[in-house]
Amino acid sequence: MAYMKRSPWIIHYDGSSCNGCDIEVLACLTPLYDVERFGIINTGNPKHADIFVVTGSVNEQNRQVIRNIYDQMPEPKVVAALGICACSGGVFRECYNVEGGMDQVIPVDVYIPGCPVRPEQIIDGVVRALGVLEEKRARMAAGENAEVTA
Amino acid sequence: MNVLYAIAFLVLAPLLGGLIAGIDRKLTARMQGRVGPPVLQPFYDVGKLLEKEHAIVAISQNFFVLAYLVFIAFSGAIFFAGGDLLLVVFALTLAHVLLVLGAFAATSPYSFIGAERELIQLMAYEPMVVLAAAGFYIATGSFSVSEIAAFPRPLIVLLPGIFVGLFYVLTMKLRKSPFDIATSHHAHQEIVKGVTTEFSGSTLGMVEVAHWYETVFLLGLFWLFFAWSPVIAVIAVAILYLAEIFIDNATARVKWGFALRSIWAVTLVLSALNLFALQFFGGL
Ligand code: SF4
Repeated sequence: MAYMKRSPWIIHYDGSSCNGCDIEVLACLTPLYDVERFGIINTGNPKHADIFVVTGSVNEQNRQVIRNIYDQMPEPKVVAALGICACSGGVFRECYNVEGGMDQVIPVDVYIPGCPVRPEQIIDGVVRALGVLEEKRARMAAGENAEVTA
Repeated sequence: MNVLYAIAFLVLAPLLGGLIAGIDRKLTARMQGRVGPPVLQPFYDVGKLLEKEHAIVAISQNFFVLAYLVFIAFSGAIFFAGGDLLLVVFALTLAHVLLVLGAFAATSPYSFIGAERELIQLMAYEPMVVLAAAGFYIATGSFSVSEIAAFPRPLIVLLPGIFVGLFYVLTMKLRKSPFDIATSHHAHQEIVKGVTTEFSGSTLGMVEVAHWYETVFLLGLFWLFFAWSPVIAVIAVAILYLAEIFIDNATARVKWGFALRSIWAVTLVLSALNLFALQFFGGL
């Protein structure tokens, strides 16, 4: 059954974001956008999460943390890179300490650019992530490896 | 007949409990000015958890959580079969101790704090639950749930102190503010979620289902106060639950020390007064 799509729980991690994108993530939880109507819950616990929502870029300090959170999430799981920083490094791309987007460390399934991303874009991106999540679940149910990137 | 009631509880309680949880979430969202999730959302959540990979931190935690679910269901089944109220109370306590052991099974600071908070919670409400059983006995002369339920006079009149004390504790049992110190329905990113930190997938699903069983059982316990008239009982229990949702949204979480002290003070004073009055006036 496709319960997976109806109950996506997210974990949000702030890489080296400027906090712009994080404020927009929190805006999604407010009464105006209320993502809970899609069953989305911000869990704050990788072991409970289905979607890894990550903002900001990768640097030497956080690459272990990002990898660690990703590894702790049970399959099936998807990664949504929020904001141009998480997609490619954005305006910080050329900085001496920045290595680039999240795909430098973990497989990213959905790229949601924007600086900062708008709540509408975030919701849109998460809905796209649900499609990937469902695909991975179906593959897992068929006994295949969910890790294969779509 | 009694066995039938027990089986009916085992089958129907998760459905009813999940539905109550869904209505609870919807009403909570409306009180906060949000649209809120579908009413069936709790079922989707548990269905989803069953579809997830079974990641295990310590193998023993699965047994503890399974035993937690079994004992919660067992105590509810005994209750609805009209069994011994003391047995129900002790099975319920054992169930929560098993949950604490499950949280302690993984060496994680979060689940340790969560387990300790769950123990504090157990300490806070346990005296009241035992006193309630004693109150029912003094009022009706029996610990048997079926005899208490068949008592011809309204128990709410004989046991008002016990009722208020138990309602005070209900907030904590339903994991609602201001006493949601061990786990909460809302604070997903906070330390109060500690007890379930290391559970995932179907193990977490079992904790949810156990909570549904417990909700139905608790509402059944309050039913006893109004059991002389089923219509009034249904209305009263519904009002009690709505009041809990309102209290949950209108109050902030208190510190565990205050929760413990206030629960002990309120419940012990109220039930002691109630029990003394009952002894002296012989239930009139
Ligand atoms: S994308 Fe823009 S708003 Fe978002 S973290 Fe990067 S710089 Fe900040």
